[in-house]
Amino acid sequence: MTRPKPLVAVKDLNFRRGDRLIFDGVDIEIQRGKITAIMGPSGTGKTTLLKLIAGQLRPDAGFVSVDGLEVHSLSREQLFLLRRRMGMLFQSGALLTDLDVFENVAFPVREHTDLTESMIRNLVLMKLEAVGLRGASHLYPRELSGGMARRVALARAIALDPMMVMYDEPFSGQDPISMGVLVQLIHRLNDALNLTSIIVSHDVPETASIADYIYVLSEGKVVGEGTPEELGRSRSEWVMQFMHGLADGPVPFHYPAPEFFDDLMAEPLR
Amino acid sequence: MIEVLRRFGRTGLRFFERLGRGNIFFLHVLAGVPALVLRPTLVIAQTWSVGVRSLIITVVSGTFVGMVLGLQGYNTLVDFGAEESLGVVVALSLVRELGPVVSALLFAGRAGSALTAEIGLMKATEQLDGMEMMAVDPLRRVVAPRFMAGVISMPLLAAMFSAVGVLGGYFVGVGLLGVDEGAFWSQMQSKVDVYEDILNGVIKSLVFGVVVTWIAVFEGYDTVPTSEGVSAATTRTVVHSSLAVLGLDFVLTALMFN
Repeated sequence: MTRPKPLVAVKDLNFRRGDRLIFDGVDIEIQRGKITAIMGPSGTGKTTLLKLIAGQLRPDAGFVSVDGLEVHSLSREQLFLLRRRMGMLFQSGALLTDLDVFENVAFPVREHTDLTESMIRNLVLMKLEAVGLRGASHLYPRELSGGMARRVALARAIALDPMMVMYDEPFSGQDPISMGVLVQLIHRLNDALNLTSIIVSHDVPETASIADYIYVLSEGKVVGEGTPEELGRSRSEWVMQFMHGLADGPVPFHYPAPEFFDDLMAEPLR
Repeated sequence: MIEVLRRFGRTGLRFFERLGRGNIFFLHVLAGVPALVLRPTLVIAQTWSVGVRSLIITVVSGTFVGMVLGLQGYNTLVDFGAEESLGVVVALSLVRELGPVVSALLFAGRAGSALTAEIGLMKATEQLDGMEMMAVDPLRRVVAPRFMAGVISMPLLAAMFSAVGVLGGYFVGVGLLGVDEGAFWSQMQSKVDVYEDILNGVIKSLVFGVVVTWIAVFEGYDTVPTSEGVSAATTRTVVHSSLAVLGLDFVLTALMFN
């Protein structure tokens, strides 16, 4: 079966930070109009992957293309033009603390367009309505709960009607209700706005419930990929440990250490 | 021995690397300055928080420094029967030296540290990254307006400092110690030169404004994005910019009043 041309293609990606190899030949394809999840244990560089796709970091080898453009060969101006068509939801929300909710959502619109004040107002209210926070438009970020901050950030990310949105750990640290709200929102917005979504997460059930396709990363490699159902049936030890949250497996419970007995018998060093 | 040399070399390399980064950063910020003409509100808002909010500390300090100058100057001059020259002594010390230098030190402590902390926190909370992702250049949107505001504010604050300092000296000299009022002002008027003294003082404070604000915004932008990083950067801003002001003051004085 031949697949349609993907919106984002990551080919043979290598990236190291200091002496640590974060990615070692990663291949990922993100299909248009779908929700693709990148999953893996903490510290596997999932956020780094989003930064590589957005061109904030440079790979040591391999390439990343978004909508046919090779991200790392673009000039700064071209990259900024491309980023106007990408939205990104940071884990912290990354709202501007000196602006209220309304101005935060209006920020990209004011920076990139010459719309009149009344048009900006309508646009911002529409986006806030979509995330259910039109009534909170006068609040400041410090007055919002974590879940609300993420929804505001989501409204801001879609303010300029991007072609894709990248979500960095959208569910982590949320109570069950705001988690449910965010799951719903991501799903609904993806369909309603005809977006392409990339979710980076380690919350398995929530992500699996809305993702069309999942990549599982570990130690710099893709260790499994497929639809949520395929991965649920996977025989791979890696995938099984991750999807079912087993304490021990290929990712050991113990941090590497000398033999326990030897360690207990050894003389104290200090 | 080798280890000492190695450490010395590493420190040196790090120092020059940072210096280079600071310079490249400075050029980028300068490149963002012309575009601010189109968006003056950004600069005005920052001039308020950087300049106007430093006004009280500057005015209060200026008054006290002027009063001390009046007192000390009088005690010295009266031995030579030259207390009528008090106005000149107060004015020249303020306009040439104390005005630009002390107000720059206060500016570093009040506005410089605030700038570093603000920009550093914006970095630590991913606000700068977020802006970049929205295709907005934080150097132009966040740093350049703050830099401009600092450069505009510094000479004005220094002028304010000197002006209230002269009034403080007048209050102590003429009001409390009985120096002749006419002599106080007329000697000041005839001995203080617009170009030689006042303009040179303004140039000094302009240079200090550039350097202090540059250090402040660079430390904020270059900070390690954690709470420890931000607090360390804030301390560095105050220490480095104070040292830079005092060092540069010597160089500028040697060039100007030689």
